[in-house]
Amino acid sequence: MSTVYNEADPYAGSRETTEGRVYTVTGGDWDLTFADPHDEDRLVVNMGPQHPSTHGVLRLVLDLEGETVTKARVVIGYLHTGIEKNTEYRNWVQGTTFVTRMDYLSPLFNEAGYCLAVEKLLGIEAPQRAQTIRVLVMELNRIASHLVALATFGMEMGALTGMTNGFREREMVLDVLEEITGLRMNHAYIRPGGLAQDLPEGAVESVRDLLKILPKRVADFHRLLTGQPIWQNRLKDAGYLDVTGCVALGVTGPILRAAGLPWDLRKVEPYLGYETYDFEVPTADTSDAWGRYLVRMAEVNESLKIVAQALDRLEPGPVMVDDRKIAWPAQLSLGADGMGNSLDHVRTIMGQSMESLIHHFKLVTEGFRVPAGQVYVPIESPRGELGFHVVSDGGTRPWRVHVRDPSFVNLQATAAMSEGGMIADVIAAIASIDPVMGGVDR
Amino acid sequence: MTTPGGDAGSEVVPSGGEAGFDDATAPSGGFRKGAFGVSGSGDTSGFGGLVRVEPGGAVALHSTDRPYGGWFDEVTDALIDAVGQATYDAAVLRVLVDRGEITYFVAREHLLTLAQALRDDEALRFELCSSVSGVDYLDSGGPAADATRPRLHVVLHLTSMTYRRRIRLELAVTAEDPHVPSVTGIYPTADWHERETFDMFGIVFDGHPALTRILMPDDWDGHPQRKDYPLGGVPVEYHGATIPPPDTRRAYR
Repeated sequence: MSTVYNEADPYAGSRETTEGRVYTVTGGDWDLTFADPHDEDRLVVNMGPQHPSTHGVLRLVLDLEGETVTKARVVIGYLHTGIEKNTEYRNWVQGTTFVTRMDYLSPLFNEAGYCLAVEKLLGIEAPQRAQTIRVLVMELNRIASHLVALATFGMEMGALTGMTNGFREREMVLDVLEEITGLRMNHAYIRPGGLAQDLPEGAVESVRDLLKILPKRVADFHRLLTGQPIWQNRLKDAGYLDVTGCVALGVTGPILRAAGLPWDLRKVEPYLGYETYDFEVPTADTSDAWGRYLVRMAEVNESLKIVAQALDRLEPGPVMVDDRKIAWPAQLSLGADGMGNSLDHVRTIMGQSMESLIHHFKLVTEGFRVPAGQVYVPIESPRGELGFHVVSDGGTRPWRVHVRDPSFVNLQATAAMSEGGMIADVIAAIASIDPVMGGVDR
Repeated sequence: MTTPGGDAGSEVVPSGGEAGFDDATAPSGGFRKGAFGVSGSGDTSGFGGLVRVEPGGAVALHSTDRPYGGWFDEVTDALIDAVGQATYDAAVLRVLVDRGEITYFVAREHLLTLAQALRDDEALRFELCSSVSGVDYLDSGGPAADATRPRLHVVLHLTSMTYRRRIRLELAVTAEDPHVPSVTGIYPTADWHERETFDMFGIVFDGHPALTRILMPDDWDGHPQRKDYPLGGVPVEYHGATIPPPDTRRAYR
């Protein structure tokens, strides 16, 4: 059923040769770039996509006059993996394992947003315990993500100790997430209807231990970087973007809050019971990289507060909806080989009940159906508004999953933040945007 | 469903070909082969090439009558005040309230008028364009598959930070004439969203400053997220040997 596309691409001229069709690529606007070869002061510098300071496979094309950037163009797509297309070929539960790989620094947010969208389509709500655990792991994930943002910030500014410290602390958080979900990243822990499994024994204690250590480490980070004159000079007034610019360019998250607008979806459009948690929305009024740094540092502390509250309100209960037409039929349990199906369950369905076996088989291979319709569910990821536009045609697979990834949108602000500034400030601007290319390109 | 207004309607309003649920407009076709969701048969693998009725158009065809409930009426009235009743009637083909979200299906000629009013009017204030994306409602392989059907939908999600409201604008175009006005002049953030939608669906946004591919390589053939574009992509040539694309290695259909 494959369709052959032979229509000409209006943005790339082509001609037939004996070797097949050859394209003349014009999309990169290089002809504009080199239109004026006699301008000797002008220098075009290509940065990336493989460059230690571009935060992943991001490519920048910079027009320079001396050290001043006159034009900054951003080229993306080097990490495009077609995740949105792929989800259309898997069932609704499998979708979780795809979306978790988009923004790989905040996998639990991707899962939570996707699952909230599917649940909204289904008209169901996860049980209370599942919601509390979702908040718990998401806030742990936010801490880990911000720690990477701060660490790479340090690395790109040349403060390498900041990087080693940030990654060390992040690894402690990931150890706890691994204990809870089984994996450091790409957890597929949050599922439509609830969670893959309950918190394992000892997890609560591990989180409490982490809560004792992390505030001290955050204070260390402040001591290491915040007061340092070089750090301040590199960040202050770099990558300026005010509220008007942010809203026009669709920029959300810490960047918008550093411009002074306390826009946090956990407060303004609460989900998963965030309205019942006691936390502040940190803001800054500097609109620059320095403000974004401070906002992220403060958000780590706020997330620690939320984690502590989530731990306190954990009540025993189910972590998956009661509906056996949606909930995965087998409870997972830890076998001799690590994670696996519950042997009791396998014994029951194989030995006693043909109906259970059929039901299990149908649910796992075919999956459940989701009533036709479309929803848009936004949540506050560490980088801003993470929106899931999910369309169902009534079948067992998504008809369309579109992800409004905050990195993708925020990255558009690069030109506005860096044109007219110094080339060194471009790095500060990009680092303060904190784009994750897995999310940008999907 | 609302009667289409003027010339625009015949092009923009789904003519009924997409229906699967709507009895009055039930199409002769609207079938899709080889996916899950087959009922009345023992096969659940999806690999058997079974035929089923395609309900994809259900999303696109229902409409809601007033009152819509909640703040939906407030926004709709404010929009009518802002653009005038005549323009509103011509621009908004139908309105759907579903799962607590409101969708305005609009005619593309009036998209910019509506977007401008939605952004600037004091009672509306949809300052933020959260997302622009496409959806392809195609019945591939069925007798109804036809180039004149408006299968490509553009979906805009607008957010009012002032009133904390979200609405959705949706418009439909055919694959033969996939032109939609660009909202980049009103919402600069739509720049990359529209480039992505062009890249993935081949929807051309007229007035966009530089509508080029953004995720796929510049010389890519076709638009990967269209439903008739196979998963698995292209054969890869390496040292003279050709490795077939995954969709012909494994039966994903």
